[in-house]
Order: sequence, then structure tokens, then C-alpha cells
Amino acid sequence: MHLDHYLVLSALLFTIGVFGIFLNRRNVIIIMMSIELILLSVNINFVAFSSFMGNIDGQIMTFFVLTVAAAEAAIGLAILVTFFRNRATIDVEEIDTLKG
Amino acid sequence: MVADIVFYLFATITVVAALGVVSAKNQVHSVLFLVLTFFTTAALFVLLGAEFLAAILVMVYMGAVAILFLFVVMMLDVEFSTLKEEAVQYLPLGIAVGVVILIEMIVIITQVHVDHNNMVAVAGEIPNTMEIGRVLYTKYLLPFEIASIILLVALVGAIVLTLRERKRPKRQNIPKQLARTREEAVELKKVASGEGAS
Repeated sequence: MHLDHYLVLSALLFTIGVFGIFLNRRNVIIIMMSIELILLSVNINFVAFSSFMGNIDGQIMTFFVLTVAAAEAAIGLAILVTFFRNRATIDVEEIDTLKG
Repeated sequence: MVADIVFYLFATITVVAALGVVSAKNQVHSVLFLVLTFFTTAALFVLLGAEFLAAILVMVYMGAVAILFLFVVMMLDVEFSTLKEEAVQYLPLGIAVGVVILIEMIVIITQVHVDHNNMVAVAGEIPNTMEIGRVLYTKYLLPFEIASIILLVALVGAIVLTLRERKRPKRQNIPKQLARTREEAVELKKVASGEGAS
């Protein structure tokens, strides 16, 4: 099993995440899930390199990515709930109250 | 050989589940596909010898983040079909950008000649969890503390953002109750017989 296999898998996941943002660009929840997919692909890269190079530092970095991703999901969903309470929609096109 | 078969099995499931996340008609299905993606990735981490991270991925991502998504999806009563209608119009652009990114990445991965194909996944003599613990509390102590502060800020921020004050709370005001005197609370009236009060 080569390192390349993991890197290609990670590239595929990253691409699917970017593709998801384009495909569902009106639904904030799906966009956030796509961002989770992108972060997951980064984690796969870190762990694969860490494992193949025999260096634990990559796995530690994955911890911090996980931490920030969890915080981002919590804050993002809280903002989403507040926004839905005020405007009764989660359409990205409708989030334009700050527009001049 | 067995490891190869297991890798291809889990990698295929991961990619199919990730495609399900972005293309599912129902949002709840999207979240469940996300859980499947996380789980198969955890299996791949085990294959790479990172057991502790695999356990953390199952506990934190599947147990907390994905369920948080599920709660929000079920809590918000959104007409999903109206959001999905215009999706087809973005499909060609999405595919174009995705293919370009994928080709670029694969070209880089296959063309860069770091001699990484001779590397093999190494299993250390000491267990993975012990190795992580040794590094995390010595070399990475400060980042570890900063991570805890980030989590605290996220916790407080989420509560502050979603806390809603009720408009007219019917709460007991104890100091006001205790400050009442007999004079302002009770009034004595003489009512003549046969005329009634007021």
C-alpha cells in the first residue's frame, strides 16, 4: 500500500467537497457539511504522511484541525439558528441585509 | 494483500458516501452519509496505525458534530426542495472546477519525485496512544492549552448567540417582596352597612 493511494483518496474527497459547495450554493447546511469533508481530506493527508514517515507530529496537527472544525461547526450552526429565527430562511441569496 | 483489499473497500465507500453528502435529495440523508464518511475514514486511520485518532473521530465527529448537524437540520423547518431547484444550473460549473482541481492535484502527487513510494507504514514499538500522549503534553503543551481556549470560546459563543430572553418573564422578585410594608400593602376601609364596597 503506497502513500500515493491515500493522497489520491484525499484529493478526491477535497474535490467532492468543493463540488458540493458549487452544487448546493443556496443551502448553508450542505455548504458547512462540504467544508467538513474538505477538512476531513486534510486530516487524511496529515495522518497518511505521519504514518508513512514514522513521525507523530502529523497526528498531533490533526488534533488541532479537529478542534477548530468542531468549534467552527458549533458557532456556524448557532449563527444559522439565530438567522433562521429572524428571517425564516437559510437561503444564501437572502443573506444580504448588510448590503449597502 | 488483505490490507490492499480493505483499503480499496473503505476508500470506495468513503468516496460514494461523500458524493451522497453533496447530492442527496433529503438533508437528513446528507447528514447520515456524512456519518458514514467519517466512520469509513476512521477505519482507514486504523489501517494507517492511528488508532487513537480513529477513536476520537468516531467519538467527536460522529458522536458530536454530525449529531449537532442532525439536530439543526431537524429543528429548522426548511423547504428543502425550493433550495434544490436551481442546483442543476450550477452543475456544469461545479464539475468543471472539480475536474480541474482533481487533475492538478493528481499531477502533483504523481509527478513530484519524493522517494515516498519506498516508505511503508511503520508501526512503532510503543502504542500509538502513548506516543501521542508523550508528545502532546511536552512539545505541544502550549498549542494544547490554546486549543482548549478555542473550545471554551466556541462553547460560550454558541450559548450567547442562541440564548433568547423571554419578553415578559414572570419571575419572583424577592427583594421587592421583602421591601413591602404593611402601609402600602393593606388598606383598611369602613363600609357603611347596606351600601357595599367601591
